[in-house]
Amino acid sequence: MISVHLTAIGLAAPGLPDWVHGREVLAGRAAFVPAELPPYAPRLLPPNERRRATPAVRQAFRAAEDAVGERDPSQLATVFAGSDGDMAILHRICAALAQPNKAVSPTDFHNSVHNAAAGYWGIATGCRAPSTTLAGYDGSFALGLLEAAVQTVTQNHPTLLVSFDVPAPQPLYAARPLGAAASCALLLSPDGVSGSVARLGIVQSEDAETQLDDAALEVHRRGNPALRALPLLRLLAAGQSGRVVLPGSGGRNLQVEVFT
Amino acid sequence: MMAPVPIRAYTATTALGAGRAAQLDALRAQRTGLRRQRFDASTLDCWIGAVDGLDTPLPPQWAEWECRNNRLSALALAQDGFREAVAAAVARHGADRIGVFIGTSTSGVHSTELAYRHQQGDPPHLPASFIHRTTHNPQAAAEFVRLCLGLDSLAMAICTACSSSAKVFAAAQRAMSAGICDAAVIGGADSLCLTTLHGFNSLQLVSADICRPADAQRNGISIGEAAGFALLDAGEPGADLALLGYGESSDAYHMSTPDPQGHGAAQAMRDALTRAGLQPAQIDYVNLHGTGTQANDASEDQALCAVLGTGTPASSTKGYTGHTLGAAGIVEAVFSLLAIEHGFRPPSLNTRQLDPALRGKVLLDGIEGPVATVLSNSFGFGGNNASLLFGRRA
Repeated sequence: MISVHLTAIGLAAPGLPDWVHGREVLAGRAAFVPAELPPYAPRLLPPNERRRATPAVRQAFRAAEDAVGERDPSQLATVFAGSDGDMAILHRICAALAQPNKAVSPTDFHNSVHNAAAGYWGIATGCRAPSTTLAGYDGSFALGLLEAAVQTVTQNHPTLLVSFDVPAPQPLYAARPLGAAASCALLLSPDGVSGSVARLGIVQSEDAETQLDDAALEVHRRGNPALRALPLLRLLAAGQSGRVVLPGSGGRNLQVEVFT
Repeated sequence: MMAPVPIRAYTATTALGAGRAAQLDALRAQRTGLRRQRFDASTLDCWIGAVDGLDTPLPPQWAEWECRNNRLSALALAQDGFREAVAAAVARHGADRIGVFIGTSTSGVHSTELAYRHQQGDPPHLPASFIHRTTHNPQAAAEFVRLCLGLDSLAMAICTACSSSAKVFAAAQRAMSAGICDAAVIGGADSLCLTTLHGFNSLQLVSADICRPADAQRNGISIGEAAGFALLDAGEPGADLALLGYGESSDAYHMSTPDPQGHGAAQAMRDALTRAGLQPAQIDYVNLHGTGTQANDASEDQALCAVLGTGTPASSTKGYTGHTLGAAGIVEAVFSLLAIEHGFRPPSLNTRQLDPALRGKVLLDGIEGPVATVLSNSFGFGGNNASLLFGRRA
């Protein structure tokens, strides 16, 4: 079992606009009203990059900045995890390539890489620490959590996990019908840090994934790979110790035990 | 210091041919796999590194996974006894103790390109035969390999553009040292598609000429496709070749232009040396990222000279294979291992006149003779850098 400390949480999804408000909903202390999130202007991005940042990048920053808060992000290793990258850009590029003149926008192309959000984050924070971007389909959050935890313990260095996905426009949407854009972020630290929210014990598991008993939140959970984190976030919101199983990538799920 | 990670099996399939022997022959003969030809409906007149033998569909049981990228992976997995080596590792450790870590930048995006070209109706819809999950989705590149090899642990796709399949070595080393798995199948696959051809062209980074790394007249990349794999087995005695160290860093500079000073690249190279416990003078050869763009080769030269000085023999092998993007890391890892195993250092192909502004020792002629250690660089969009150090176990 891998053991890491969780020092901060970020969240951004309809009805769960940030961790401070989202935790009230997840703990059952406030009603879940899945209102669309207003547009977001990442505070860490310089003006030029803020103008160029796509909705997917903004979605990633929203949770990452929520988690980091006033901390200095310039030394944090990062793991970005998501299933599909920027589906709106993939749509525009594939639509352009179906035309005779194949006029791909250069900005779209450089924003189309799966690690675009990580690139903007590096520019925003001036951080030269290692950064990984990975993909694990519906198991992307758990895969990212595993990689971030492994980095935290093997490198003895705090690691920021950012998980996000955004839906595609039609006609691509029909092939990958995600729910609303959503993101979450966890800041992990090795043993011996102060200000730990909880300790997490992480191990691969053959057990079935944990579902939510609240029907509306369960729809949310299934609608976006980043929100496969909700069973874990619900435990953290309630300040409870406990155990959840998150869908993994490949042949195994991921069991996360929370020790508060 | 990091314990060396034994490499029990390795293979690559590129425009030079299928499997290790084809790579070795072409590198030694200084023969390029690049050809002036068009891919699919591309309107670009340029050199590309296409892999032969990708016109045959996957066997019927893999119909759901049918796409150019998975065909390329299947072809590469069939070379050099790789499947047999993995089967032996399964017998030793169990299928649930072998992780899969695969780098790709565009996975099977060509399937989506074709689906968009063939959309029908009003409002338009994509053909029913198009399956996103098993073709274009990046994780398909990892999951297909896992299923092909009958493995039952995690399948991670790493997608950091052109450093993707270098970073898989680092992720696998960490996962093994944390006890997540006992062995790892690592590698990468990236296949030709219109997205990268026309995308890099939109950034004016595709050369109309063949790519000429480190040349005074270099003016861009030639795009290639490739797949390659390696089996890392931490507990295995017999294996001799090993990953000795790795380094990763971020430029924090620009999305598609490298830091002209090469600070991030230098940090990745230094970290690889530190993990391996080696001094700069102990590096025998550097396989450069060396894409053949003005910006990359100049920036990498700054990093190279800052870390290793101006005397370490170095070359880019992009002139042989083209830039295979998300597969470049594993292809050049395989070339590094071939250089150690067979004792040679390949020259920079298509380089006519070295750029006098570059200070590093770029090889214009090959060197035959023992090679103990190789540093291999891979840098990607978003300022994502990885440097791998290969050698033999002591």
